Amino acid sequence: MSATAKTPILSHEEEYRQHLMLDPRPRGEMNAMVMESMQTTSWKFWVVTGFLALVVLVSLVGIWGYMIAEGLGLAGITRPSYWGIFIVNTVFWIGISHAGTFISAILRVLKAEFRRPFTRAAELMTTFGLAQAGLSIFMHMGRVWLAYWMFPYPNQRDLWPNFHSPLMWDFLAINTYLLASTMYLYLPLIPDVTMARDRSTGWRKVFYRILALGFRGTEGEWIHLRTAMGIFALAIIPVMFSVHTIVAWDFAVAMRPGWSSTIFGPYFVVGALHSGIAAVAMVLVIIRSTMKHMTYFIRPEHFDAIGKLMLVVSMTWAYFFFNDYMVQWYGGDKFTRILLEFHEKGPLGWIWFLMLIFNVAIPWLTLWNKRVRSTPWAMFIIGLLINIGMWFERYIIIPISLTINRMPFTWGEYKPGAEIPLSIGTLAFFILLYMIASRLVPLVPVWEVQEGQHAHSLRRVGKAVAPTVSELE
Amino acid sequence: MEEIKQKWGMVIDQDICTGCQACVAACAMENNISFVGEKSAAYRRGMHWIRVERFWEGQFPEISTGFQPVMCQQCGYAPCEPVCPVYATVHSDVEQVNLQVYNRCIGTRYCANNCPYQVRTFNWFDYERPEPLSNHLNPDVTVRRRGLIEKCTFCIQRIYQYEDVAKSEGREVMDGEVVPACAQACPADAIVFGRLDDPESRVSQLARNERSTQLLGDLGTQPKVIYLKGGSGHVRNG
Repeated sequence: MSATAKTPILSHEEEYRQHLMLDPRPRGEMNAMVMESMQTTSWKFWVVTGFLALVVLVSLVGIWGYMIAEGLGLAGITRPSYWGIFIVNTVFWIGISHAGTFISAILRVLKAEFRRPFTRAAELMTTFGLAQAGLSIFMHMGRVWLAYWMFPYPNQRDLWPNFHSPLMWDFLAINTYLLASTMYLYLPLIPDVTMARDRSTGWRKVFYRILALGFRGTEGEWIHLRTAMGIFALAIIPVMFSVHTIVAWDFAVAMRPGWSSTIFGPYFVVGALHSGIAAVAMVLVIIRSTMKHMTYFIRPEHFDAIGKLMLVVSMTWAYFFFNDYMVQWYGGDKFTRILLEFHEKGPLGWIWFLMLIFNVAIPWLTLWNKRVRSTPWAMFIIGLLINIGMWFERYIIIPISLTINRMPFTWGEYKPGAEIPLSIGTLAFFILLYMIASRLVPLVPVWEVQEGQHAHSLRRVGKAVAPTVSELE
Repeated sequence: MEEIKQKWGMVIDQDICTGCQACVAACAMENNISFVGEKSAAYRRGMHWIRVERFWEGQFPEISTGFQPVMCQQCGYAPCEPVCPVYATVHSDVEQVNLQVYNRCIGTRYCANNCPYQVRTFNWFDYERPEPLSNHLNPDVTVRRRGLIEKCTFCIQRIYQYEDVAKSEGREVMDGEVVPACAQACPADAIVFGRLDDPESRVSQLARNERSTQLLGDLGTQPKVIYLKGGSGHVRNG
């Protein structure tokens, strides 16, 4: 099933078959495929892992450590851009982390069947993305060794954090999201590690035995597991919305031209989904082309479905962007007007135009086409461009917008310094964590795939073909 | 919006300010402000708590210079205060000024972003004080380390000093007794400091001047610094 531009357009019936993966293989064989994909490792993998580990060591240990010891001045932030790429990265990684919840929880609750083979891949992005967001916040802090002061812990001097501060809301929201998403990642993992436990030996057996928590697959255990997953899938959706809304409030409640925008909450949530879903598409392309047996689990029809989602989200994002721009422009505030002009005509105006091209023009011009949507490498490129566009969007909102304030005497451009190697470090760390995880946990939730294959069948109604489902739960 | 309490305040007469920067130098000496060096200063990392903004008005050759010394405006409703996650910048109920608690600051720089006057400065490094600068440090003012925000305090150490003197002598602080470093150094007497809650004080009388205005007053921050600017028959610089 090599994916080229010549991917044939399938009949409706065949499309349903691909979507629902109605070519089941025996359970034992499928389990063995997942185990094999996890355990087959070529030398190239170790070369890449070693290289990434080196990058992480140099940037996140070396350069960051040096910056902590010397002072934040090694980064390029200065008046008036007191916030720079570190906060851009924070918002960006939280955005990436939204994909996991969206694809996994919302699509699970809505029973969108195409989600089944890649929920785990998306959930892992949530957890690892949030880890990078957390690191980026710590990089940003002037005295990171005192970061624990944000915890409301009892102390002799009755010092207490300020719950009026949006940063405090952020801190609580991100922590809640990190804990909830990790648990949500873990619950559907239990049946898979159980499968892995029963099919492995040596240290892997010990590792999976601990992770599986003694799961055997009895009726009672399944009822508990399903109940827990149902609760988490529903509960994590408002958490996800609240996280990025609160991140947006960091800006929206501040007294800055270009920031005090009432639509920032939903605008940021949609922006997060835009970059997040695009990132899921990219990860799936890489998994599919590098890991064994993945062409069976991840098919062009799945990319097709993700592509449709990307197109809808891109349109929503464009609508919110227009709304935000329109209201700010119409407001007629002197400094906001200068700022909007600076976005387009300033020295970094090209970023503003590229943002619109990558976030709107490219998805709209390509994703309407089914052939493009079901071609993995094309989806990879579109996903990459959307992610660059969304990173640019945060770059415009943070350092570029901070250039303009109400005291023209202080205006000045921002030139990144240590931010660049540290950004590369977080990216490398994300990929490294993902690569290590791909060796340790089954990236395909094989029980979910099997459940889907059992539950679905195609039924002929007159001349039409309809997918039918028998409820297993 | 409820009226805020008044106590200490400052009047700056922009029409007689000569832009000599004596206030900037005096402030740096009084408050142990670090010297960041040429390169950092050029990248807008100078640590001055007061800056003299210079504006050119008109076209050459009919050009005139305007000077505007800007320091922390000690807002009654300070935008920097609610955004700090650890209460490192708080309002003093007693002195009605905005305090920066250096030891509590963790360096998120949210306050600096949210300050419409852009008067907060950040310690990007631990700056060196080569000999003999290390001997000039004012013992009444904390020396700050890297990674935290600092800003103008209205020379609160001087306020406390003269409040203590007045208390020991069993009287109120007299008008003109507390003089911040910038006001003390100003050769043109363009900076006047005193009690805004005393209608007879020199600062209150000047504040009632027809030329009085406030920086970005429409934001509702209720600054405690009042500028005098551009009335009829005033002295013009440049």
